[in-house]
Amino acid sequence: MTYIAKPAFHHPSLQKNALGFTRRDYEGKVSTLCAGCGHDSISAAIVQACFEIDLEPHRLAKLSGIGCSSKTPDYFLGASHGFNTVHGRMPSVLTGANLANRELIYLGVSGDGDSASIGLGQFAHVMRRGVNMTYIVENNGVYGLTKGQFSATADKGSKSKKGVVNSDAGIDMVALALQLGASFVARSFSGDKDQLAPLIKAALTHKGAAFIDVLSPCIAFNNHKGSTKSFDWVREHNEAVNRLDVLLGRLPVTTQYEPGELVEVQQHDGSLLMLRKVAADYDPTDRVRAMSYLQERQAAGEIVTGLLYVDPDADDLHDALGTVHRPLNQLSDRELTPGAAALAGINAALR
Amino acid sequence: MARPLSATNDFVVKFANVNGSGSASANGLFVKAILRMGVPVAARNIFPSNIQGLPTWYEIRVSGQGWLGRRGGVDLMVAMNPQTWDRDLAEIEPGGYLFYDSTKPLPPEKFRPDITVVGVPLTRICNAAYAEPSKRKVLKNIIYLGALTFLLGIERPVVETLLSEEYASKPALIPANIEALALGFDWARENLKPLGLKLERADAVGDRIFVDGNTAAALGAVYGGATVCAWYPITPSTSLAEAFTDYCKTLRHDPETGEARYAIVQAEDEIASIGVVVGAGWNGARAFTCTSGPGVSLMQEFIGLSYFAEIPAVIFDVQRGGPSTGMPTRTQQSDVLSAAYASHGDTKHVLLLPEGPGECFELGAQAFDLADRLQTMVFVMLDLDMGMNEWLTAPFAWDDRRKLDRGKVMTAQMLEAGADFGRYKDVDGDGIPYRTYPATHPSKGAYFTRGTSRDPYARYSEEGAVYVDNMERLLRKFETAKSLVPAPVHRAAKKKTGYGVIYYGSTSPAMDEALAQLEARGLHLDALRLRAFPFAGEVFDFIAKHELVFVVEQNRDAQLRALLINEGGVDPARLVKVLNYDGSPITARYIAGELAKGMGAADVAPTGEMAK
Repeated sequence: MTYIAKPAFHHPSLQKNALGFTRRDYEGKVSTLCAGCGHDSISAAIVQACFEIDLEPHRLAKLSGIGCSSKTPDYFLGASHGFNTVHGRMPSVLTGANLANRELIYLGVSGDGDSASIGLGQFAHVMRRGVNMTYIVENNGVYGLTKGQFSATADKGSKSKKGVVNSDAGIDMVALALQLGASFVARSFSGDKDQLAPLIKAALTHKGAAFIDVLSPCIAFNNHKGSTKSFDWVREHNEAVNRLDVLLGRLPVTTQYEPGELVEVQQHDGSLLMLRKVAADYDPTDRVRAMSYLQERQAAGEIVTGLLYVDPDADDLHDALGTVHRPLNQLSDRELTPGAAALAGINAALR
Repeated sequence: MARPLSATNDFVVKFANVNGSGSASANGLFVKAILRMGVPVAARNIFPSNIQGLPTWYEIRVSGQGWLGRRGGVDLMVAMNPQTWDRDLAEIEPGGYLFYDSTKPLPPEKFRPDITVVGVPLTRICNAAYAEPSKRKVLKNIIYLGALTFLLGIERPVVETLLSEEYASKPALIPANIEALALGFDWARENLKPLGLKLERADAVGDRIFVDGNTAAALGAVYGGATVCAWYPITPSTSLAEAFTDYCKTLRHDPETGEARYAIVQAEDEIASIGVVVGAGWNGARAFTCTSGPGVSLMQEFIGLSYFAEIPAVIFDVQRGGPSTGMPTRTQQSDVLSAAYASHGDTKHVLLLPEGPGECFELGAQAFDLADRLQTMVFVMLDLDMGMNEWLTAPFAWDDRRKLDRGKVMTAQMLEAGADFGRYKDVDGDGIPYRTYPATHPSKGAYFTRGTSRDPYARYSEEGAVYVDNMERLLRKFETAKSLVPAPVHRAAKKKTGYGVIYYGSTSPAMDEALAQLEARGLHLDALRLRAFPFAGEVFDFIAKHELVFVVEQNRDAQLRALLINEGGVDPARLVKVLNYDGSPITARYIAGELAKGMGAADVAPTGEMAK
């Protein structure tokens, strides 16, 4: 976290999106994370994604918990309201914010310490409720702020920087999200921006609970030999099931891909997800298949990345609750207070 | 042999039942019948933390004079639970009455010589009339209701009408219930004489309603504009969320689309409940949770965030017997300190202290105005006695001209006009800053909310001076709260006195009666009923004007007294503790006895037992 703002100056010829914003308009304060931290790459991917989908920066609400990852919302989309909540409890706060105003776009940023340990319960329930959001876990398998303890996503048998071997089984957040009913589940790698940025674009345009687990090696405490969350390890074991492009509000241009390698998925808002398959016979709309595929590849020592599951017709929590389409925080007094006449009827029923 | 008690429209009846036996319906009908006869009642359900099988009681104060607190003692015990026979028998006042099922004869030593025993062979009557076990179980209660209707002079058509109303949605059940009522009534008429305790039609109820505090508070939340409710079931607060759900279903829909103008989430735990509330409050919706002491314990971290990040939130704390699981289904006022200073670090929170359903509604609605105005957590402190028992109270009232106070919210127009927005700037000198809702303006007014220290422009800062400045501003805001929260209610004694008494909440009805009893004995006290924390200056003026002030409350450690001492620097020697904390609601008899003793009165009987 920092109070150092970036200089406002930028080159006049910077590319602008359809709204007239440059990429710089999606940036935040100067990061205070360690130089080379994967989390900063994720922030950059978020900036790129928001820029490319022509998102009005102020219409995004960014929420986080506590930890290195949870500091990052200060480092992107400076024109947005941000909320650094408490450790592991961001999902409930995001749920409340979403209920108050369904018109905004909600981005929850968390870490493996934040979401897989203290926050595992809230993570589970925000997914099963189908809160319309993008939930990114910046997953480095370690507690960086407190200098290197294993987190709950650290793989069994992996080593800490001090050489301690982790004896606990690691929690796979993607497997959890699939089981819990998230309607968009992906995994990526902070070192693979080409894959990550389109995934974030797709998640932001998805209606429902979108989850992206981003392996983001901690360069200070978890980027050594023996770690299964290091840059080298992830690069060596990464198996992408697909590559993604997101087309918004325009006709899809499919000629750039080879026929037979493409899967098109249309989302609720009309955006088109173009999935270029890498893994043979991978179907990202089959939740059961996605779960078993994940387990199979994991048993083979691979880290599966890409869009693993999507339900393009998912409902969200507001659908389940039947709430009005106008934001609850904009209802007038008259729409909220039933008035004296209604109260007279209530009184009569209580005699 | 004590002379049998004789009283009209002024006595205490207690039903001793077994949890799960279906007695609640019959007992409720008994109370409503008396109310329909125009006679005030106060009813209290005393129940175990158990599904079925354990003892449960229902105590009814019939008071033509309108006293709604517990008096103490029992004039008529309806002893339907052999398990608690001995203790039930012991509670009966000398000259009182015991009503029991005389199907099986009991030896003489099972009775007291100074009471009148009224036996009705309920099981025999019931078994003769009904073959099905389910009918026998339920209708036996209606049979004793019928017998009591005769014995006490309740108007039978009133009860029959009530039965018809009760089963209006299941009309097939009405004839069977009316028949059971007749079985009891006729048997009693043919075999017994009316008791010395009598009911006569009166006109002392007026247009008052009969409602529990949780329902009233839920309705207050509806009228207060709450749109988001997140909760987790816990006795005794659960019925508040359920009542809010029911009222929203009928009162809060878009008339054209039928869509809900509210969102209710049964969260996974209390922590998530308050998290949702904080998120909704941050985003400009009025939000609340309801819980009890254990829930407040779990919510501590978020309560601190609400305080420090200055986010409106409302908690209805329906207090029960603590600490820990304590007595989950018994009443106490023992969360006062843990709510007032909830969370870590230096925190102080606004507490509203309703005395009954009327104020549960009124302060329940006002809590949302205060939370928005002060941008902070507001607790509404109910308790089990107030929340789960039905009380006779003035009808709810609402002025349609009333506007919801949204507090200091900076709009896009204000930002566009060039207002200097600093989220934590004390622009008006009252300690209350302006806030913006997310997405207010494309380029102005966005800020980062956090629980860490920051400067007036919401920029992270660990500078000592900046932190101190912020904490001092929060104190100024708390000072401002004193002028916004409901003022205490002062009642002067008829004669000048050096004695005062301070109390709050559900102690109030018993206090009203105790003060009247003392006055009749020539013992005068000025009384101050607190309705909020922080305490206004007049609270300490009141203490300063009296040599001795009794502080009556329902917990072991005199928590309200401690708060008064801590906040007002009061000499502890001048504040006398009067404490009731056995889990049952305080009685007028106990309060009067303790105050009389404290005032040096010679005859202070009856006293000793805490709540009897």
